[in-house]
Amino acid sequence: MGGIFVVVEHRQGKVREITLEMLAKAGEWKNDLGGDLTAVLLGWETGSLIEALKGRADRILVIEDERLKNFEAEVYKLILQQLIQEVHPSLTLIGQTSWGLDLAPCLAVKTGFPLVTDCVELRIEAGRPTALRQMYGGKIFARVSFKESPGYLATIRPGAFSPDPSEDHQTEVIKKQFPAGLPESKKQFLELIESEAGEVDISQADFLVSVGRGVGEEENLALVRELARSLGAVLSCSRPIVDKKWLPKYHQVGTSGKSVKPKVYLALGISGAFQHLAGISGAGTVIAVNKDPRAPIFRVAQYGVAQDLFKIIPALMEQINRN
Amino acid sequence: MNIIVCVKRVPFTQEVDLEIEAGKREVDRESLAYVVNDWDNYAIEEAVRLKEQGEGTVTAITLGPEEDEEVLRRCLAMGADRARRIDPGERTLDGQGVARVLARGLAGIPFDLILCGVQAEDDNQGMVGIMMAEHLGLAHAVVVTGIEPQEGKLIVQCELEGGLDERSKIKLPALLTIQTGINEPRYVSIMGIKKAAKKPLEVIPLAALNLSPDDLAPQVLIEELFLPPETGGAEMITGDPAQAAEKILQILKEKGVRA
Repeated sequence: MGGIFVVVEHRQGKVREITLEMLAKAGEWKNDLGGDLTAVLLGWETGSLIEALKGRADRILVIEDERLKNFEAEVYKLILQQLIQEVHPSLTLIGQTSWGLDLAPCLAVKTGFPLVTDCVELRIEAGRPTALRQMYGGKIFARVSFKESPGYLATIRPGAFSPDPSEDHQTEVIKKQFPAGLPESKKQFLELIESEAGEVDISQADFLVSVGRGVGEEENLALVRELARSLGAVLSCSRPIVDKKWLPKYHQVGTSGKSVKPKVYLALGISGAFQHLAGISGAGTVIAVNKDPRAPIFRVAQYGVAQDLFKIIPALMEQINRN
Repeated sequence: MNIIVCVKRVPFTQEVDLEIEAGKREVDRESLAYVVNDWDNYAIEEAVRLKEQGEGTVTAITLGPEEDEEVLRRCLAMGADRARRIDPGERTLDGQGVARVLARGLAGIPFDLILCGVQAEDDNQGMVGIMMAEHLGLAHAVVVTGIEPQEGKLIVQCELEGGLDERSKIKLPALLTIQTGINEPRYVSIMGIKKAAKKPLEVIPLAALNLSPDDLAPQVLIEELFLPPETGGAEMITGDPAQAAEKILQILKEKGVRA
């Protein structure tokens, strides 16, 4: 009884960063919760994955089977439920990713454990976690508590924690068999598709002028385009612009688009959903222009202008043209 | 294909200053305008498009007070055939409670497919749809950006991180959570909403669903809401637009991206 499970997320033979972030932080929570830190690894050809996890957990629980070659929430849910029944971890952590969105809610129903999603911080008090999460697209913070339960589930926002562990663990690797009698999955993996390359590669640009929902109407995009051209910058955007089909997908910055690392990122009318902010963590200097002084983008920007972009863009153009 | 779409009415908060009520557990919603949750708008559009490709009905369902019928009427105007509202009365539910109520509350509506949005704009939880799928024993997929019916199954495209998508084949009945951008939701006119007023909209009280107090008890409690610090850590550039523009150009020069 006790301890923490971290569900290992991996893709194309690599452990994903969110797993390392959860393991590094869970090492601290373990001290308040007692028990061991266990990385639960379900997959096929797990050798290099195990190597990447060594030293980061007290135990790696591995089930290696060809049926686990691709992630399938239904299969993961059934296996994890069995492992939770055997080991009784107090807390099970899953990434707030496409995997986590598919797996955590059904595992919560299956186990009856309370679930808090998209946590950016967790605290253990008297054996029970309280979590910090965001609502309204990051405009409101919420401290939430879990109802007393034999186990708790939380999904953790990618990028909320550093992947570097504060301590080195002696790692024991335990291999288990794929459970017998699992029903056939109702979903069958077909293929992974890479998004198409475009005319420009925003991930290689030194200077990005990036536009978001604040631009309002499609015809206003011309202003931003002209500004980017005048400044010699590459044009990029946040998700709503691509959703509306105003720009092709290869312009999109963020977790579902591209991660960028320009020297300067000039964000115009971008509020800063966490998926977007994750994509600009490698940027040198972020300058944000947004009417709303509480926009989350100002929490990562070095410079901010809390003004209407339709006043700032003409002012910029005027000074560029004057010189 | 018969399709159920779960929709939620949420406050519109784009460029709106939110305030927190004195009890610190709720956002002050008094002065806010309401809209259909953005993800759900794409879900209802997708359902109507799938229906238009073949046969079947689309039913929109919501859980909320009478005012929330506004979003159901909008769904009817977009092409849903009928709507159902479950009235929670005085009860406050958390995400798992909502999932339980919706799963029970859609009884009697024939369906092959349930569509939900990936998440709601207000709570940002992203859990209700997949919890419903588990209660109902349905196949499920999340963050769906494409649906293609194929011989009693669906080929679905799901968005992963880093520009990767996954294609998979899923058995019906299934529940999918729909990502924004999957389609271009049609425009809804006031006239359209008026015309759709004749379509059936039924109301079911929560009490009629025979759920136990245990089923409905929140598992997660909001202890405190608070506003993030204004302007975070950024150095704010003040002054009129001309002064701000001058400062921006100066920073661009300092950082070496402009001569």
